Amino acid sequence: MKAKVYITPKAGILDPQGLTIERSLPALGFEGVSNVRVGKYIELELPDGEAAGAAVDEMCHKLLANPIIEDFEFELVPG
Amino acid sequence: MAVSPQTEVTPVRFGVVVFPGSNCDADSYDAVRSFAGVDARYLWHKDTELEGLDCIILPGGFSYGDYLRCGAIARFSPIMKGVRRFADDGGLVIGICNGFQILLEAGMLPGAMHQNEGLKFVCKQVNLRVENNETPFTADYERGQVIGVPIAHHEGNYFIDETGLAELEANGQVVVRYCDEEGETTPASNPNGSLGNIAGVCNREGNVFGLMPHPERVCDEIVGGTDGRAVFESIISAVAGKAAAS
Repeated sequence: MKAKVYITPKAGILDPQGLTIERSLPALGFEGVSNVRVGKYIELELPDGEAAGAAVDEMCHKLLANPIIEDFEFELVPG
Repeated sequence: MAVSPQTEVTPVRFGVVVFPGSNCDADSYDAVRSFAGVDARYLWHKDTELEGLDCIILPGGFSYGDYLRCGAIARFSPIMKGVRRFADDGGLVIGICNGFQILLEAGMLPGAMHQNEGLKFVCKQVNLRVENNETPFTADYERGQVIGVPIAHHEGNYFIDETGLAELEANGQVVVRYCDEEGETTPASNPNGSLGNIAGVCNREGNVFGLMPHPERVCDEIVGGTDGRAVFESIISAVAGKAAAS
């Protein structure tokens, strides 16, 4: 199966990239956009099975995300 | 036991870890070799035996291409198990720049790094104020002393949560802060947005130290300064003092 992992800066953590994008959008005529946050998207394939969710969760905690500054969520889809 | 005048002084033994992508390993090696009574050797990231060392340096650079997050992959390299064991046994470990990032990712120091507030790679001379001179890495400085040391990084924006910050402050674990020439920790003297102008922290035990600025690059007048020398002098004194006491 396939895991789609989304990693974002934790709420309250300054995201300089997001802020810069947010400040650029009005220049293109997009007004009123707020809370732009830039994260990462990681795709990976792993063997099917009940343990897959727990495995991806552990991967996120140990390597894919840094829980001190990042939140993560993921979905498992048939690969 | 009384030491006779003929007894040879045991050299202080430094190990400089070389990860794929390290690029300040030679600077660190040269800096420590410029002191008398020092032995230094390189340690390859695949080494697992770290016998006969007094201090391990994790140098600056772009270990493993800084993929995923700075230091995130280096943390899992074979040598890091040994480095952790070495630190647990009381050995001195100093991480400079990328080395600091690796120590954070490994959980050997508290906190995390993210991108500089200004989004740019910053390469310049900065002023640091020595907040704690009771560590084996800073004992040769005065408390409150202002030193000039260069920085060169893109991810040096130090972050720790409120509880963690309170603990750091209470335990004197903030070792150096970015400041202006007068030693004031102003927003303008903060080059990367680090919380509390924090430039370097140590662990609670005081034997693991990480900092973003590069003391090894200011160890010789010919390259523009010598304010970094006291870091290595402090380490050498600490190791020699410990040996004399045992």
